[in-house]
Amino acid sequence: MKEPHEIEKKLKETFSDAHVEVEDLTGTKDHFQVTVVSKAFEGKKLIEQHRMVYEPFEEEIGGPIHAFSIKTYTPEKWEKKESNTLL
Amino acid sequence: MAKEEVIEQIENDVQNNSIMVYMKGTPDFPMCGFSNRVVQVFRQLGVPFEAKNVLEDPDFRFILQEYSNWPTIPQVFINGELIGGSDITMEMYQSGELQDLVKESTTNQE
Repeated sequence: MKEPHEIEKKLKETFSDAHVEVEDLTGTKDHFQVTVVSKAFEGKKLIEQHRMVYEPFEEEIGGPIHAFSIKTYTPEKWEKKESNTLL
Repeated sequence: MAKEEVIEQIENDVQNNSIMVYMKGTPDFPMCGFSNRVVQVFRQLGVPFEAKNVLEDPDFRFILQEYSNWPTIPQVFINGELIGGSDITMEMYQSGELQDLVKESTTNQE
């Protein structure tokens, strides 16, 4: 088990400019959906972007964190997504 | 199996199959929702893929995760390269990027 706010804190430490959303998918604090918006993802392949998000939790995934679903966006991509949602 | 043998097997798997999926369970009996999602994507695309059940051998799974430097299962390799797990596979499918990559890989085989 892991507190969502701890995950959020760690991600914000890793990506200083980031907008971070952490969702506890099952209410059991071990299945999470995380969304990270950061300039750090610019010009990187999806797999590299996800690796950057996984990295700080390497020890916990497979242990206290059973599932860790990731969505990454550059600020530009995020803005596009948000404006599409509003339409 | 010794670690070297496992790595050799993984290298053979990913080089001999243009789409190689490591999953929990089998395509017909997936043991995890994330693994199932990946199988459904490739079935939807109608492309042949090879799958291996990592639950058969706990050592294999551990060595695979170390080899690929990726912490979760499923893992999808296309043309010998890890593209990611179920999130990335879904995202690339939705954007059309996966279709392009798969088309490229089947053309190369002919």
